[in-house]
Amino acid sequence: MTSFWAVLSASLVKDIRLEWRSKDALNSMLFFSLLVVVIFVFSFDPLAEESRHIVGGLVWVAFLFAAVVALNQTWARELRNQVLDAYRVSPAPSNALFLAKSVGNFLFVSVLEALMTPLFVVFYNLRVLGPAWQLIPIALLGTWALVVNGTFFAAMSLRTRNREIMLPLLLFPISIPALLGMVAGTTAVLTGENSAHFYIVLLLTYDVVFTTASLGLFGTILHAE
Amino acid sequence: MKRLFPILSIVTVILLGYALYLALVVAPADALQGDVYRIIYYHVPSAWTAFLLFFINFVASVRFLARSNASTERAAKWIAIAIGVVGFIAPFLPPVRKLIPAGMEPSAVATTIVLIPVFYFLVGKWFPGDRLDVLAITSAEVGVVFCTIVLVTGPLWARPVWGIWWAPGDIRLTSTLVMWLIYVSYLALRRFSTSAQTQMLAAALAVFGALDVPLVYLSIWFFRTQHPQPVIGGGGSMDPRMLHVLLFSWTAFLLFGFLVCWSRFRLELLKREVEQAHAMESLVGAGASSETSLPLSRSAR
Repeated sequence: MTSFWAVLSASLVKDIRLEWRSKDALNSMLFFSLLVVVIFVFSFDPLAEESRHIVGGLVWVAFLFAAVVALNQTWARELRNQVLDAYRVSPAPSNALFLAKSVGNFLFVSVLEALMTPLFVVFYNLRVLGPAWQLIPIALLGTWALVVNGTFFAAMSLRTRNREIMLPLLLFPISIPALLGMVAGTTAVLTGENSAHFYIVLLLTYDVVFTTASLGLFGTILHAE
Repeated sequence: MKRLFPILSIVTVILLGYALYLALVVAPADALQGDVYRIIYYHVPSAWTAFLLFFINFVASVRFLARSNASTERAAKWIAIAIGVVGFIAPFLPPVRKLIPAGMEPSAVATTIVLIPVFYFLVGKWFPGDRLDVLAITSAEVGVVFCTIVLVTGPLWARPVWGIWWAPGDIRLTSTLVMWLIYVSYLALRRFSTSAQTQMLAAALAVFGALDVPLVYLSIWFFRTQHPQPVIGGGGSMDPRMLHVLLFSWTAFLLFGFLVCWSRFRLELLKREVEQAHAMESLVGAGASSETSLPLSRSAR
């Protein structure tokens, strides 16, 4: 068990340090989602009431696309110098590696969300009508839902031709219920028209189911060469 | 076996033709929809066939994954049995019974769930080893074809009846679409994979897809209850004459689906045999050429 946590923390610290020094993923994600926001602002010019109804969708679409940018880099980095092969032959538990990658991506996407959300508020003059604190569990659970499946499918798409395009092809269909939960939950809180409780429970269920499935199958994926 | 195929093909053609006759001529017109509703005899059997094939794909994928080591296989076997036993008893218990939609008999639900272990064991018995993977790819491909038929005939039917092509809030439409998307991505993975273990990757994706389907259903079910809804959700009973035609039509479609699967299965087996033969040939060829080149290089030295 100690080796599990040791591998997890070592791998996570390594990823964070790499990101801190290069800022590859974060910068590209930030600029990409900024572009998406600006394009949305040009495309839709809604009234305050309308914007409350559509921003939930726009925010999550922007984050989803930006997350794919980061997720595509997450394993590709390990291909250089055959790092992944080294992992494969080492006795280190593969789930520790998977969790470290997921937590790392979760942190990066969360930082992105924290920086981009004020921009959405400014551009769309948002004022939340429902209980605003509920946005926090929706954001956390939703981000984990995207990231845990994204990390898994990024590892899967490593073994394909044109892997950059393969990740969204695999990730988006599976993510539809989570995306629906995030978008509908956010809209429910923004408009204050109905309760977001169901969506939080849905996201929680989704997270539990797919975290378990990913942990159960990641070893198979890692060793399938 | 080889003689059975043309015989079955002829039987299928006759059945499909007769089903068309029944659907267009014998079945009575609908009281509300008139003749438009007759597309049901193609729409619904395709949907049931597609769902059955996706289910077979899931079972084959689980068995394929479980095969990798003995303890997993044993655990999977007991889980399948447990699902069968619990699923058979649970629908009759009052708290679970309340969750079953009105118009659905608990005994029907129980029988459906018992099919899970039954399929699990039959698939394992009839498709040993790598044939599980061949079964998975076959059922996914043919299932996507049937699912496409459903998604094309659905809007064609919806337009004159509901006045719209597509109802985003409708639970069955949207779940079917998401399922179609998942299996198309499954086929894309199989096509673009460069791994020698494509079967493993694909089987893992199939399990993810199967886990997703109930969540899709659940999310849209709740989404729908908050949105205006043009669709009358099931419930209503069907004229027994219509039901007979529908079941006959489904039998014809099932046989047709089975035939397509069979030929696709044989094609895939042959393809793999050819690939293996090529690999062997190049191995032997390389061995032979290295033998002939060795003395030459020695003499050159």
